[in-house]
Amino acid sequence: MSRVLVGVKRVIDYAVKIRVKPDKSGVVTDGVKHSMNPFDEIAVEEAVRMKEKKLASEVIAVSCGPSQAQETLRTALAMGADRAIHVEVAGAEYDTLQPIHVAKILAKLSQDEKADLVIVGKQAIDDDSNQTAQMTAALLDWPQGTFASKIEKTDGALTITREIDGGLEVIKTKIPAVLSADLRLNEPRYATLPNIMKAKKKPLKKVSAKDLGVDLAPRIKVVSVEDPPVRQAGSIIPDVDTLVAKLKEGGHV
Amino acid sequence: QSTLVLAEHNNEVLSPATQNTLNAAKKIGGDVSVLVAGTKCGPAAESIAKANGISKVLVAESDVFKGFTAETLTPLILATQKQFKFTHILAPATAFGKTVLPRVAAKLDVSPITDIIGIKDANTFVRTIYAGNAILTLEAKDPIKVITVRGTAFPAEPLEGGSAAIDKAPEGDYKTDLVEFLKQELTKSDRPELTSAKNIVSGGRGLKSGDNFKLLYDLADKLNAAVGASRAAVDAGFVPNDLQIGQTGKIVAPDLYIAVGISGAIQHLAGMKDSKTIVAINKDPEAPIFQVSDYGLVADLFKAVPELTSKL
Repeated sequence: MSRVLVGVKRVIDYAVKIRVKPDKSGVVTDGVKHSMNPFDEIAVEEAVRMKEKKLASEVIAVSCGPSQAQETLRTALAMGADRAIHVEVAGAEYDTLQPIHVAKILAKLSQDEKADLVIVGKQAIDDDSNQTAQMTAALLDWPQGTFASKIEKTDGALTITREIDGGLEVIKTKIPAVLSADLRLNEPRYATLPNIMKAKKKPLKKVSAKDLGVDLAPRIKVVSVEDPPVRQAGSIIPDVDTLVAKLKEGGHV
Repeated sequence: QSTLVLAEHNNEVLSPATQNTLNAAKKIGGDVSVLVAGTKCGPAAESIAKANGISKVLVAESDVFKGFTAETLTPLILATQKQFKFTHILAPATAFGKTVLPRVAAKLDVSPITDIIGIKDANTFVRTIYAGNAILTLEAKDPIKVITVRGTAFPAEPLEGGSAAIDKAPEGDYKTDLVEFLKQELTKSDRPELTSAKNIVSGGRGLKSGDNFKLLYDLADKLNAAVGASRAAVDAGFVPNDLQIGQTGKIVAPDLYIAVGISGAIQHLAGMKDSKTIVAINKDPEAPIFQVSDYGLVADLFKAVPELTSKL
């Protein structure tokens, strides 16, 4: 049976319209609703289902970030993770924290915790990087099953259906492995109130990147964060005939 | 300064996004090489060697590259990098490029840069964050830049006018027992591919069911268009995920984009707002899609779409 490590990121809630800071240094995060990265919810759900099917012995949720990352970890615990590890990263270090740093943290924790599987979301909806699973797998020299839409576990191997550009692809990987969850892998459950209460009592350990020997030196300098160019709205047209005329005018038909 | 472009292909034909990536490589400046790895990828290598401004095409042919897995391509790219010491390694920001390059970057201990839409200079790149709601310009500090390129943000380099030398890529044991490629099931379609189509008809939750997408296919037939969908339509189970247009799906920029029954969520707009002409058909006059559309038609799609199809 496998021990599963799941990476969860606290991000600005997907329903929030983000605002760029006037000094172009980043986006406004203070006082803005945050929640678990939706792709990471799918990763947690998959790990918890593995445990429910007795394919996994334990699910450990990991989050890197400031103290509020613990709220995201509590959500993972309420969904069914057994325990949590908060890797505290705050201030300027958090501003330049990137997948390369997180991958190093996840790789180290996988070894320390003797994990057999690492599952993360395919990308976070804030930086849209889509790198963490691939990099964690590389650092561990494990196979990677990215953009997974179906995961089947057999003895010592995984059969993974992956979402690719023109359709689907099926690969078989050895275990241990690193997986990234795509949209259609599952539908994450909501944490129920009793489970939220129970989650408060589950163990949550705090460590620092330094404890893990991971260097968080920034790899990029943010030059600017700006609003995207606004597309000029055109006109509302009265009927289909006008639309046909416009399409002809534009040389589209 | 020198750049390696990792070509995406099916052994025979290059993906269009590879031609866009080549353009980005030329923008960075300096020497450009291309790596073509596959099982029998001679035709793909010969095809890209015809592009202008490439100094060499490196070819690696072996059965181990079946399925183009990251686990076999990574040691090949690392061996190539060790020999030629490129300053930049580029691939298209497709499922393929996004799968392989971060693995390479981790081995080189550099932070990869995903999905760039612009190049300021050899160290400074532009990309979108928050599903296109903010534009990040960043300066990369790592000595080697590992980058995936958004195809729609760069013009395609034509595959003509040049004759680059074709050489062998460094040889080595690239076999792995970590992963085995089993099969690929590409969605069969007589239609143009979404990411390279000139015209796209796209449907959202307003279609109400997968069966109703037939309305869009009929319209697409008239326009020789590809058919796409919003994430909401995919989430609702109407269509498979490979039709998804948006930040978590495909990024498209056709000449004509017709959005049908799509409200225009931020994540969808990020995937299509660079289209040249946008038409929106939606019964809700308040739908955000009308804020980006050139021609908006406030109408019941179940009446307007068949009418449009019949009048084209």
